[in-house]
Amino acid sequence: MASETPLLKRLLGVDQRVFWALGLVLLVAPVFTVESYRLFQLTLAAIYAIAILGLNIITGYNGQISLGHGAFYAVGAYVAAIMMDKMGLPYWSTLPAAAVICGLVGFGIGFPALRLGGLYLALTTFSLAVAVPQLLKYKGIEQWTGGVQGVLVFKPDAPFGLPLSSDQYMYLFTLAMAVLVFVLVRNLMASRIGRAIMAIRDHGLAAEAMGMDIARLKTNTFAVSAMITGLAGALSAIAVEFVSPDSFSVNLSITLFVGMVVGGVASIIGPVFGGLFVVFVPNLAEEISKAAPGVIYGFILILFLFVLPGGVAGLLRRLVARLLR
Amino acid sequence: MSAVAGALLEVRDIVIRFGGVTAVGGVSFDVGHQQICGLIGPNGAGKTSLFNCISGFYRPSEGEIRLEGQRISDLPRHRMMGLGIGRTFQNLALFRSMTVRQNVLAGAHCQGRAGFLAAALRLPASRREAAEAEERARALLALLDLEQFAEVPVAGLPFGWQKRVELARALISQPKLLLLDEPAGGLNHAEVDALAELFHAIRRNFELSILLVEHHMNLVMRVSDKVVALNFGKKIADGTPEEVRATPEVVSAYLGEHAHAA
Repeated sequence: MASETPLLKRLLGVDQRVFWALGLVLLVAPVFTVESYRLFQLTLAAIYAIAILGLNIITGYNGQISLGHGAFYAVGAYVAAIMMDKMGLPYWSTLPAAAVICGLVGFGIGFPALRLGGLYLALTTFSLAVAVPQLLKYKGIEQWTGGVQGVLVFKPDAPFGLPLSSDQYMYLFTLAMAVLVFVLVRNLMASRIGRAIMAIRDHGLAAEAMGMDIARLKTNTFAVSAMITGLAGALSAIAVEFVSPDSFSVNLSITLFVGMVVGGVASIIGPVFGGLFVVFVPNLAEEISKAAPGVIYGFILILFLFVLPGGVAGLLRRLVARLLR
Repeated sequence: MSAVAGALLEVRDIVIRFGGVTAVGGVSFDVGHQQICGLIGPNGAGKTSLFNCISGFYRPSEGEIRLEGQRISDLPRHRMMGLGIGRTFQNLALFRSMTVRQNVLAGAHCQGRAGFLAAALRLPASRREAAEAEERARALLALLDLEQFAEVPVAGLPFGWQKRVELARALISQPKLLLLDEPAGGLNHAEVDALAELFHAIRRNFELSILLVEHHMNLVMRVSDKVVALNFGKKIADGTPEEVRATPEVVSAYLGEHAHAA
């Protein structure tokens, strides 16, 4: 009798907690099995995953194309760096501050920009990404931003005398933040607000007929999206121990966009793979060809899009559907 | 509560102009509580313009529309459902990437209060209202025979079933007035018959009024308590189906016999 039920259903029947525990072990394992530089890369991947999740909320779920999320990442990173270096505040306090500030900036930009919509919004956000690195170099704020030099900060040591290196601690700290953000976003997207966000993307007119205030919902969604990407930026400043205008070029915004598409548009789990992709695939390309890593990267990217329409998340969805059948 | 005395919907002297063209030229009528009202007329009579005005998608150039005595004709369209006006669309307007259940739940949007934070944190109030909406969605899916499709992406359903999903989506918010834009359009004979019964069942179960714009004369005459006929943007008849059918202007509007028109 049991043999008739498909494998995955049987496994799921065992106990959901088993899966959660397994997942957690898988996530924590690198702390003890992976050398320090790889661990740093995994930390970065987790940070990018958060940033891409933020982008996915507005672009994937709400259908508003943003080509400028790197700007929010940059603002978050600078908020963290300035708070730590110039104000001597603890690293953890920079995260809520960066989130709130980026949320407000996102709200301020989203309010007028989202009335444009479509390609115009894409260009507006793109111009933001172009402008931000130069704004960060502006002389008038140099005492805070360090101008072209940027700001140096230091990774925190593990607290409570835990026997962990700062790399190990940073990985675990980032991981905890990522899990928190992903769970919150998953809850959000499964709620009435999440349905409204998707409904607006699918059919604006019908969404209005369902009582959804489109302008307000879009603006708030943009703010939340900017908030999450900004939080990732703050984490990156702490993990990389350095911010400078040139680390946040237009390229960063495009990188986040690529990660979103590769991982899976409008998916919660997708950004995890997007984060891994944007951190590790450029390295892989470099290993394959020192002379033309860009060509290899482009090739791998196109290969991905061909083999995995719907991104990695799309593949997972199809696999699960097959196993459940 | 107190409004039972007057009409549910009062349409007063509505004029709708597009540029220099007058689509609707001063139409008034009422829809009573728990009444099914059919809005008919030949192509270009102004039915759809009027319908879009009542559902808040157009602003009337002149005149006003009241629901339970409250003027609604200058409110933004996303307020309509909250006030108790649900609608369906002529050419399906479903949320295509979402499942049938999600579509129906989206209709319950304005009954929820939970904002971004409450939803993300799954606060007790937000969980409670979500559970209530789920329960209503379950009941509606059962009523409309949609249970077997609940988790299917709505885009994959046959046309007639998609129309049912729209109906469920409009009903979940328990509107006082249900606006149906050509509900029988694109349906076959058997489906139209089922629809007539469905409307009566809906009125019984939800204690609401229905205003339908429809070409399918047979359906309108069968289900309506009253019928309003338009032609060239003017009301030419208003009464029971029998009365309207007997009006010479209606006959000539449909048969093109101008000689009869007085």
